[in-house]
Amino acid sequence: MARLSYPLDNRRFVGMMFLTPALLYILLLVGFPFLLAIAFGFSDVTVGNTDLNFVGFQNYLAVWENDIFRQVFETTIRFTLISQVFILIFANILAVIFTQNFTGKWFARFIFILPWATPVSLAMIGWLWMLDTKYSPIDYLLLQTGFLGPNGILSNNRNLFWLATPDLSQISVIFVQVWRMTPLATVILMAGLSSIPTDILDQAEVDGSRFMRTLLQIKLPLILPIMVIALLFSMITMFGDMTVVYVLTRGGPVDYTRVLGLYSFQVGIEGGNLAQGAAISLFAFPLLLAMAIFMLRTASRAEVQ
Amino acid sequence: MGLLSWVLHNFWALLVLLFLALVALRIAWRIHKYGATRAEFAYVLRRSPFYLVVLTFCFFAAAPFLIMFMHSFKTDGDLYRRPQPFVFRQDPTLEHLDALFNNTAYLEFIRNSVVVGIAVVIITLVLSLPAAYALARLTGRWGERAGMLMFLVYLVPPTLLFIPMFRIVVLLGLKDDPMSLIVVYPSFTVPFSMWLLSGFFKAVPPELEEAALVDGYNRVEAFLRVVLPLSLPGIISTIVFTFTLTLHEFIYGLVFIADTSQRTLSVGVPTELILGDVYFWQPLLAAALIIAIPVGLAYNLFLDSLVQGFTMGAVKG
Repeated sequence: MARLSYPLDNRRFVGMMFLTPALLYILLLVGFPFLLAIAFGFSDVTVGNTDLNFVGFQNYLAVWENDIFRQVFETTIRFTLISQVFILIFANILAVIFTQNFTGKWFARFIFILPWATPVSLAMIGWLWMLDTKYSPIDYLLLQTGFLGPNGILSNNRNLFWLATPDLSQISVIFVQVWRMTPLATVILMAGLSSIPTDILDQAEVDGSRFMRTLLQIKLPLILPIMVIALLFSMITMFGDMTVVYVLTRGGPVDYTRVLGLYSFQVGIEGGNLAQGAAISLFAFPLLLAMAIFMLRTASRAEVQ
Repeated sequence: MGLLSWVLHNFWALLVLLFLALVALRIAWRIHKYGATRAEFAYVLRRSPFYLVVLTFCFFAAAPFLIMFMHSFKTDGDLYRRPQPFVFRQDPTLEHLDALFNNTAYLEFIRNSVVVGIAVVIITLVLSLPAAYALARLTGRWGERAGMLMFLVYLVPPTLLFIPMFRIVVLLGLKDDPMSLIVVYPSFTVPFSMWLLSGFFKAVPPELEEAALVDGYNRVEAFLRVVLPLSLPGIISTIVFTFTLTLHEFIYGLVFIADTSQRTLSVGVPTELILGDVYFWQPLLAAALIIAIPVGLAYNLFLDSLVQGFTMGAVKG
């Protein structure tokens, strides 16, 4: 057999042959547009005029000095950071719950997974109705319990205008993001919890460790690297997301919920200024890269210990 | 209709009653099994805060879906005139569901999504099955680097790429053609499924392949005849999650396709069922719920498998 040295028996040859098509497709499909995005940023290309004229750093400078962009950038970061805090807290609780056995687990898991399973834009339709300016069922409940309406505790008005006031619209968007992203982080943490070797847990039990102590001193430190991965996933998903605000607010009121992805869509596609749209979205890249490198390093360092 | 009407009129009472009945049944079953001892009641009491926490989370997760369900059946008068969202004052109606399927492009959205989803799944499997196997077994350092690269590619969000992609799609003459989505979606489904699949492949004992090699199979045959059949459950769950990833995608679908009849579900429903300031609320809510439930069931069914693939994929091979 070995004498024939048939190429399909060769480990390295088959490995290359198997890996190359996928790598090529991905590099072509992600690498090329990515380079093109950078080139667009240095040009004056629009939907109408597609010649690539080199204009230097003009777009980047114009974007950076734009007050709206500054606010959009800040909002994106604020939304991402605040929501991550809540996502991590809830995901940890839920991951511990769903790695245990209890009655009705299958159904409870179905319910809790729904916000993540539903295509984002469709789930947002539900929230658009829940947070409607006039017909919001939440407002109705608050009205009935005396929190709203004449002499109401929260407001004298019959409605809170969830998506139409500066503060509340931001809170609403963050709440909805937490609602839909918690399951993803939970699932990743569940993978971490279920990969803890059972002999460690058995040993802890033999040593008389109670539930909370096992959780805090054994399980949580062990899944710390996976927690970082979960954080990385949900931060990057959230940072690049425009679907939630596209359906809920279109960036309004004024610019209060406009995030980077949406702004680049509005300038680049709706406004037809491809060059500036590309420049806007590229500002996200260094931040995403730094985030990914930092977190992967933290994760691998934690793994070594 | 009679039954549906009765259920909807008593929706919340039935929900609470159903829950209480299930709790009572469960406790009765435990008492039947272990006897009505003091320890048994202490156990039930001790467990109840846990269930309360689960119930609270479930409530927040489910609230919009319950409202979506109820409101899909409301008449316009009941919905808009001095609204009382939690009760039916007029008999529930099916006219909005009827309108959704017969007067809107909903069925076309479903068809487009299914066509795009199936085509993308096929392309993804052809590319990622061998590539994931190579990552799991065949290549050493080079493969590890390639795996890392794939992971990083998966982290590049579509918001970074949709503008140049749009130009490319226009240049290729694929604008308003679902073909454009079929070409572009593998850019995120291939890295995702490579990662998941390599986890499943790692779980296959290497001894089995070695035995196949000894029996005279070459490496490709060993992969096709031994590893693939053994990883079938993992492959099926990869198919499910790849398909739903395409179902979720919004930005490319929104940018590449402006023609109503060619749009996919996630884009078509929120853009075409809202005309300017006019929201067709009942059909909108129904359209969302009809998709949410089956996808949720599929996710729940394959969740353990996903967790397993994820865990193995994270373990260095």
